Amino acid sequence: MSEDNTIISIEHISKKFGDKRVLDDISLSIKKGEFVTILGPSGCGKTTTLRIIAGFETPDEGNLYIGGNLMNNVQPHKRPVNTVFQRYALFPHLNVYDNIAFGLKLQGVAKDEIETRVMRVLKMVGMTDYEWRNVDSLSGGQQQRVAIARAIVNRPTVLLLDEPLSALDHKMRKDMQIELKQMHRTLGITFVYVTHDQEEALTLSDTVVVMNEGVIQQIGSPTDIYNEPVNCFVADFIGESNIFNATMIEDRKVEFMGIEFDCVDEGFGENVPVDVVVRPEDIYIMPRTDKGQFDGVVSSCIFKGVHYEMIVNTPDGYELMIQDYNPFEAGMEVSMIIKPNDIQVMRKERVCNSFEGVMAEADHVEILGCEFECKPQEGIAAGDKVRVEVDFDKVDLTDDKRDGVCDGDITFILYKADHYHLTVKAENGENIYVDTQDVWEDRDIVGINIRPEDMRITKIEEAGA
Amino acid sequence: MKKFFARAFLALILLLLYAPLIFIAISSFTESRVLGNWTGFSTKLYGNLFSGSMQGAAGSLMTAVYNTLIIALIAALVATLLGTLAAIGIFYSRGRAKNAVMFLNNIPMVNPDVITGVSLFLLFVFLGITQGYVSVILAHITFCTPYVVLNVLPKLHQMNSNTYEAALDLGATPGQALRKVMIPQLLPGMLTGFILSFTMSLDDFAVTFFTRGTIGLETLSTYIYTDARKGGLTPELRPLMTIIFIVVFALLVIINIRQERAAKKKALIK
Repeated sequence: MSEDNTIISIEHISKKFGDKRVLDDISLSIKKGEFVTILGPSGCGKTTTLRIIAGFETPDEGNLYIGGNLMNNVQPHKRPVNTVFQRYALFPHLNVYDNIAFGLKLQGVAKDEIETRVMRVLKMVGMTDYEWRNVDSLSGGQQQRVAIARAIVNRPTVLLLDEPLSALDHKMRKDMQIELKQMHRTLGITFVYVTHDQEEALTLSDTVVVMNEGVIQQIGSPTDIYNEPVNCFVADFIGESNIFNATMIEDRKVEFMGIEFDCVDEGFGENVPVDVVVRPEDIYIMPRTDKGQFDGVVSSCIFKGVHYEMIVNTPDGYELMIQDYNPFEAGMEVSMIIKPNDIQVMRKERVCNSFEGVMAEADHVEILGCEFECKPQEGIAAGDKVRVEVDFDKVDLTDDKRDGVCDGDITFILYKADHYHLTVKAENGENIYVDTQDVWEDRDIVGINIRPEDMRITKIEEAGA
Repeated sequence: MKKFFARAFLALILLLLYAPLIFIAISSFTESRVLGNWTGFSTKLYGNLFSGSMQGAAGSLMTAVYNTLIIALIAALVATLLGTLAAIGIFYSRGRAKNAVMFLNNIPMVNPDVITGVSLFLLFVFLGITQGYVSVILAHITFCTPYVVLNVLPKLHQMNSNTYEAALDLGATPGQALRKVMIPQLLPGMLTGFILSFTMSLDDFAVTFFTRGTIGLETLSTYIYTDARKGGLTPELRPLMTIIFIVVFALLVIINIRQERAAKKKALIK
């Protein structure tokens, strides 16, 4: 394990809370001295991952190694890691000095050495002269500094930080980011940092781990993650983006918005449906000319400090976000160019909904935990296991959940230039993906309907039958 | 004018409430054996009380005082320990179990003392526990514990639940984390619970009466009861009651000041 400089190795870890699967086969290896950020929306499993490393949760499956030693069942107090908690978790009955000295006293470090070490970390976090202060009398930022000092004074091999800056105001957060980065350099210890703030992740880390719904989406350097997202989730979560349904015509040729573009990607095959992401600053915009690849009309233009952010509509009904240093006023007719290098092609995770279900009656099928009406199927009897496929745009959502056969929560909304791609979590926890022109809100509860003629039902042959 | 009447009304109510106590306190400073006669100022009754020489109809008064204090002390200590552990257990349990246990915890507090006394008496007989010191202490622990739970729970809610984990993270064993981080944060609630338990145990008559058995164990309340039934109150009870009143009053003042300070501190942080 430890022949290379890997310090933490997470191997195929899964974790369930009740019925909810919060981590699904996570594998990650962290190098000594690395600054790794685990990034994702709330509820994606990032904090659970951190708590497994700290030892506050045990994995249901898989192994955790720290410094080459299996840690699955090692108690938190015996692990060579220290944590900076989200809400600081300082001991309110102890003053700043005793808070920081807590770990050292437990280790039985000599009194004068404790004093030198505490004073040194206090200086490091810029809190000299605060040692006798009551922790309750400190500001949020000061409390966070004490929390960091309390963790690093023990010289852990790994420092775990659970959204340490989320409770601070914007300005303070910026300052602390710089200080953390400096601290990481001087201390030379491994930082594992959990955050939902993509900007923070890109600023601080050597490596970013993007998570969603308990699954690692992508691991890479900040530039990799930004410039070459592997799927729509990552592209949408990190920075602004224009995402399109596209078709890979052949190597280095991709079609979207009904236009063929040159690109640099190869190896997807021919005429394969793919997703394409183009960052708003990578679309070149100019007054209407015949030298552009496609035309449009500016519908809004907002000054963002350094650049202008414009929304441009194409005659075919696509809506693009474009950032440029020059303003193009609303109503202006413009032309655009996208260069091959700036087109990031991503494999589609799925091209239609596919559910496993059971034939309930001749004209009813049970999927998503509900019974949907379907067309009578030849050769499929009630009780047979079936696979049901439904196109994304053939799912109807209703405002009132009682109007639907089944109901669900909208958990993720992706805007794809001319329509929304929604992820809806049905009652039984399965996801159904929906393409729609309608505007829905995140967390909306909706009814789900599928017309009988839009279901493609095939029998699943029992293995060994 | 309106203010004057409001104040006068309040004074009148307070006077009515405290008149009996003041009456006892005043008559403790005279030698008269009949309550209500003033035969000149004297501290003789206090002297008798502390010399421990006097014997009432139900044996030695000082023995009864001694029994009361021992029982109250042990009961309050054990109840504080049990109640704190129970509160921690309730705090970390979830959903239905939590509500059910909270409900069960609250019932003994609204249950009339007589019922508690009789049912405990029956239980002890059924279990074959000798009635006496042990049964009285067990009974007092029983009715004190819920109050400790009720005083410790809010402290648990106030506590940042990550502090326990932070202690583990910094190398404390679960035991050390409990001792060095959790208990200090719960201490104010535990202290209030202890003081409350102590005064309630001192105060109790019904439960003690049913569970003390027949070995002649007397606490202050049963002593006074027996004494009053066998012909007149021993005059030395007057100074004793005065002292108890002052002690209890002082304890309540301490609790109030502590709560006030905690509230002020909280307000300051916000």
